[in-house]
Amino acid sequence: MNCRSVVLEVTVEARQVEEAMLSLLHTILLHRSSGKFHYKKEGTYSIGTVGTVDIDCDFIDFTFVRISSEELDRVIRKAVSEFKDALSNSGSDGVGQISLEFYQKKKSRWPFSDECIPWEVWSIKVNVVNLANEQERQICREKVGEKLGDKVINIVEVINRHEYLPKMPTQSEVDNVFDTSLKDVQPYLHKITYQITDSLGTSVSTTMRRLLKDTLAL
Amino acid sequence: MDSDLSPQDKKDLDKFIKFFALKTVQVIVQARLGEKICTRSSSSPTGSDWFNLAIKDIPEVTLEAKKALGGQLPGIGRSMCVEISLKTSEGDSMELETWCLEMNEKCDKDIKVSYTVYNRLSVLLKSLLAITRVTPAYKLSRKQGHNYVILYRIYFGEVQLSGLGEGFQTVRVGVVSTPVGTLTLSCAYRTNLAFMSNRQFDRSAPIMGIIVDHFVDPPCSNQRPANMGHPCNYRAPDEEDGSPFAGVQDSQEVCTTSFSTSPPSQCVCTLSPSPSKLSKPLPLDSLQLPLAPGLVTHTALHAGKEGGVALAPVQPHGVDAHLTVEHTPNTPGSSGDDVGLSQSGEGKRDGGRRSDSPSDPVESLNEFTRKVGAFVNKPSSEITAASLDLPFAAFAPRGLESEEDDLMVQPPASPPCPSPLQASLHSQGSEGSGQQDDFVMVDFKPAFSKDDLLPMDLGTFYREFQNPPQLASLSLHISSQSMADDLDSLPEKLALYEKNIDEFDAFVDMLH
Repeated sequence: MNCRSVVLEVTVEARQVEEAMLSLLHTILLHRSSGKFHYKKEGTYSIGTVGTVDIDCDFIDFTFVRISSEELDRVIRKAVSEFKDALSNSGSDGVGQISLEFYQKKKSRWPFSDECIPWEVWSIKVNVVNLANEQERQICREKVGEKLGDKVINIVEVINRHEYLPKMPTQSEVDNVFDTSLKDVQPYLHKITYQITDSLGTSVSTTMRRLLKDTLAL
Repeated sequence: MDSDLSPQDKKDLDKFIKFFALKTVQVIVQARLGEKICTRSSSSPTGSDWFNLAIKDIPEVTLEAKKALGGQLPGIGRSMCVEISLKTSEGDSMELETWCLEMNEKCDKDIKVSYTVYNRLSVLLKSLLAITRVTPAYKLSRKQGHNYVILYRIYFGEVQLSGLGEGFQTVRVGVVSTPVGTLTLSCAYRTNLAFMSNRQFDRSAPIMGIIVDHFVDPPCSNQRPANMGHPCNYRAPDEEDGSPFAGVQDSQEVCTTSFSTSPPSQCVCTLSPSPSKLSKPLPLDSLQLPLAPGLVTHTALHAGKEGGVALAPVQPHGVDAHLTVEHTPNTPGSSGDDVGLSQSGEGKRDGGRRSDSPSDPVESLNEFTRKVGAFVNKPSSEITAASLDLPFAAFAPRGLESEEDDLMVQPPASPPCPSPLQASLHSQGSEGSGQQDDFVMVDFKPAFSKDDLLPMDLGTFYREFQNPPQLASLSLHISSQSMADDLDSLPEKLALYEKNIDEFDAFVDMLH
């Protein structure tokens, strides 16, 4: 199947990387998460309730909405933090890209391991700049806030095209489509990876996998 | 068109649209309360959470929304609009944005109501949550309370965007196709946020971009009497096609939706009425309910609900509802406005505030009494902050040129200051304390933030003064020199002491 790919690009100061990434990733996950499914007899299911939390950024004039789930927030923060560290270790001119990929698992028969088939990939390219004085930083705070607002509008626009989404699964298949490991919400199966390009242009790939159910590998 | 839809589906669809409209209003109004919203996820459905989202229902807001809808649903030609406006302590108001839920004729017959439409409406609500934090009015609403408040108004019918000024922008939140039409949710927001400045003393040239906080009393106390009893001149659209929509029961039904997956292509939605009331609030902890602190509640007490109640019988389909439960003086040509404005405006609005009539106070006053848009739309060249490309540049930190001419910022009789640094600190002091009865809200200018007084910023200053010169007495060179001198003078001192040895002995004996 075709995988939908969306690329967003932001230019931020080093100290803004974390919040900028969190805001965009959480905005995407807000739309790509559902309440917990509760399967009942006769093949029907009901869906739990998803709460939301407003988060103010400290280094950017911006507020974003994330899903009310501490577990999910922890996972995303960890990924973003690793990305941020990798970006800062690579040198001040580094350009990096963090990707949030939604995939479906397709069970294969033995001896083949399950396939992960992505159906949507969001890539956020980050350019880090250094600013000389406080006045520039203040302007940057506001400008980055506006730019992130534009990105949120872009994200919403893509999502509201209502293009391909995996079919709602039966109880036996739910783990192939959704991440059921969290106790309060149920996002689609996803993983976050990142890539850092240092100033020389060489690509230093570091992949952090976050697979929710370990696939048995031969 | 409806014949393709089963009666149950039709009923469900109407219900979905109705509650979607109500939830949309809740999300928008709650996003403009000025507080951060926080709701909890719950893995087990409680039965009162439409669209599987924890959105609290503020009862007054639901009431206003239902009043505005009047039993009808958003439909083709009948849009539901939520207008957000800002009202200053002076009584001036300005429309900031209008959120519209519209329907057009484009139908999608094949779409499944109970499943796909419902889920897409849920996604649309999430998008609305995200977008309401992004438009410029959000930041304004977070800072409301002291100088201004944010008000909302719900109306039904034709969309009115004229109050948003020139150059307003539109953002589309999303669309959902249904078998009876396509629902579109969008927001049109003002980009030109130039404020009128209100001064008590004469000015020759109009001042731009500075908010003046005049009031010491609650904001509308001087306008209250004038406006009381005036129905807001809401331009009711002529959508009185009469019969309330029969199919939708404004009942206590809540949605406990269950979906079927067997087989996956068949999705059956069962809606079961539940005894709990629709507007039963969720057990939320940190949702701060209304209204901007302090001042607003204060006015609500004596400003009263008269304005609100008076509207109800007159205008069933468009009711002004305010977070502050007070009157929006959004009335073109209403005498209430004239009186109110002339009371507060007479001495203050000289010098003209319109770009087209800068020097005629009477004319400017008359222009002031027009409807929203009581604020000058200055050409952007005059807005120095516009060069920063910010939609709400008037609120940006004021490190800009206009202050040089601004008497409020540089008071005319400031005493001479010995150093530039002291001058900047001094002028800050006089700004804050100079006029007790006439406050100018100018953004705080910390030392080093501007480079016209002391031509360096904090970082440069720090670097420069980080390495001061060594103290003379601590330098090695000088200390070694003094040591050499000491050694040279030693023999002379010894000779002197030997001469006076008797004196020293007598002294020592004295001590014993």
